Amino acid sequence: MTEDIKNTEIEADDQPEVEPIPEPEGDTEIIETEFEIGQDNIASSWKLEFDIHQVVFTVSALGIMAFTFLTMAYQTALEPVFLNLRNWLTGNLDWFFLLSGNIFVLLCLFLIVSPLGKVRLGGPEAQPSYGYVGWFSMLFAAGMGIGLMFYGVSEPMSHFGTAMGGITVGEDGVRTDWAPLGGAEGDVAEAARLGMAATIFHWGLHPWAIYAVVALALSLFAYNKGLPLTLRSCFYPIFGERVWGWPGHIIDILAIFSTIFGLATSLGIGAQQSAAGLNFLFGTSISNPMLVTLIIVITAIALVSVVAGLDAGVKRLSEINMALAAILLVFVIAFGPTMAIATGFFTNLAAYGEYLPALSMPFGREDANFASGWTAFYWAWWISWSPFVGMFIARVSRGRTVREFLIAVLIVPTILSVLWMTAMGGTAIGQVVNDGFTGVQDAALELKLFEMLTQLPLTGLTSLVGIVLVVVFFVTSSDSGSLVIDTIAAGGKVNAPTPQRVFWASFEGLVAIALLLGGGLAALQAMAVSTGLPFTIVLLGACYAIVRGLMSEPR
Amino acid sequence: MPYKHIMVPIDLEHADRMGKAIDTARALARQFDAKLTFVGVTSEVPGPSAHNPAEFEKKMAAFAQESGADLPAGASSKTYVAHDPTAHIDGILLDAVKEIGADLVVMASHIPNVMNAIWPSHGGKMASHADVSVFVVR
Repeated sequence: MTEDIKNTEIEADDQPEVEPIPEPEGDTEIIETEFEIGQDNIASSWKLEFDIHQVVFTVSALGIMAFTFLTMAYQTALEPVFLNLRNWLTGNLDWFFLLSGNIFVLLCLFLIVSPLGKVRLGGPEAQPSYGYVGWFSMLFAAGMGIGLMFYGVSEPMSHFGTAMGGITVGEDGVRTDWAPLGGAEGDVAEAARLGMAATIFHWGLHPWAIYAVVALALSLFAYNKGLPLTLRSCFYPIFGERVWGWPGHIIDILAIFSTIFGLATSLGIGAQQSAAGLNFLFGTSISNPMLVTLIIVITAIALVSVVAGLDAGVKRLSEINMALAAILLVFVIAFGPTMAIATGFFTNLAAYGEYLPALSMPFGREDANFASGWTAFYWAWWISWSPFVGMFIARVSRGRTVREFLIAVLIVPTILSVLWMTAMGGTAIGQVVNDGFTGVQDAALELKLFEMLTQLPLTGLTSLVGIVLVVVFFVTSSDSGSLVIDTIAAGGKVNAPTPQRVFWASFEGLVAIALLLGGGLAALQAMAVSTGLPFTIVLLGACYAIVRGLMSEPR
Repeated sequence: MPYKHIMVPIDLEHADRMGKAIDTARALARQFDAKLTFVGVTSEVPGPSAHNPAEFEKKMAAFAQESGADLPAGASSKTYVAHDPTAHIDGILLDAVKEIGADLVVMASHIPNVMNAIWPSHGGKMASHADVSVFVVR
């Protein structure tokens, strides 16, 4: 009797006695496929309990080890190769990245206003899995929390500086300056406006549209079509049943590679930056033992969080961090130039709107350094993170309509980024322009935030909050990343045994420590960014799949 | 003391390992004229046993109906949806005992292995935390 529980025929007149799920889910178009989730998995409960996709898990785990060792062993030879590869990609294919970025934004904006936006992820009667606060905190913390901490002050300052410097043309007639667009030589107000517009451009609609495309494709094919929650499912409309074979394996393996290398390298670099912050505050050393300790601490907290699970771990930490970030933001607004930030918010939003068409233009750019060195690099970077962030967003977004989903993933974060950049960067620019304080301008990248805070009251306390934020944002990236990798490596199953999560989270920390001590962080990060190119193609495919998938949903 | 309500946590995905526990529970239910409730935990994400929670619940209900047909007090089912089943299953099962008012839990343990020292089995955890009797079937 028990053998066929799985295949029990459902009788039409069957009425469950208790009904703990509030509503039936309503009509969705389930894709009928021969594939059974977990069919390619190997599971064992002898000695060590596991449940993994045999090809994806094995190739990724061994491949990551091999790659890490190779990079460490041949770092002097490989570093220039990887850096050149990245520079070549962002330099020669900048138009491709910029064009694709625009396509993603336009698709998302179109879906918000089109009737397709009415489709609900999980079926017409599905209930949202999370409330707004928890949902939003998680997607923001996974998406770009850590970046905002580091670039919130430094990026507006960079663009302001280069815009002030104006245009310089080299002997060969090519511009050698890094100013966005035409710059604004000597014009302080215009340089500040252009600098803020350029920064918001990199942290606004485009990155979130990239995440939204992946997240939407995954949610749609998992919750409405019943396919496993792994990246390959979005390709069902393109590859059909072949997606369960090698084409799908490759997509999933690539996703794991870019996620773990992205996480491990930023963990290594992040440890260096947190150590610099601690050094600035308390005078502690920036030695290797200190860095390794920081990585171990971050990984240990991530481990506890990942074992505690999505609700008790990741969600709670994300909410704590959002609250802390909000306190820091309110503090800077209240004790910084309050009025300037308030008016700046609207000026900068307007400047973003004004410069958006020129900044996002893929062809005929004269500011080649800015377009390829900044914009294309950022796009490749966001795209290489998109499998991880997109899949995590998908995991927590069931029950939202497409319209609601896109407003929350695209519009709200953009507005918040504008506010954050205005408060952090605007304050720092004001310090230079109005107060003649050049501390931020002269500081190293990782110290700019802390230098800015020295000009406000309670420096010690706010800097400490800054460091805690940095550390916890790393933890939330690390634990959500481990959950995502574990799900992909288990063929889309979310109920794989706990030791597997522990494996991935620890593995990530070990790779980071190995690269930090053995060298090769920069090389591997360049490699991770380079995975942006294949994923751009993957994402363009996902755009097609989203439209096809949404059109076939009952509305 | 006779038992009135027996809770049987089942895992549709690993049904092949549940046979002994289910047979034990049925035998006890017949012996004591007790009611059986099968409890299943699923996630919102499509899994091997169902595409979505509604389908999972239907399968659970069908299974309970079939299984309870020849029992004196019959059998029913209850489905819980978890965001993260791996991490939350123990807590959910403990809550379920109270919620359905069971006075005995019969459940399969997975095969004991070296990792038990670090991660106790679900059956073991239930036995040490539940207020009611727990029959862990090896």
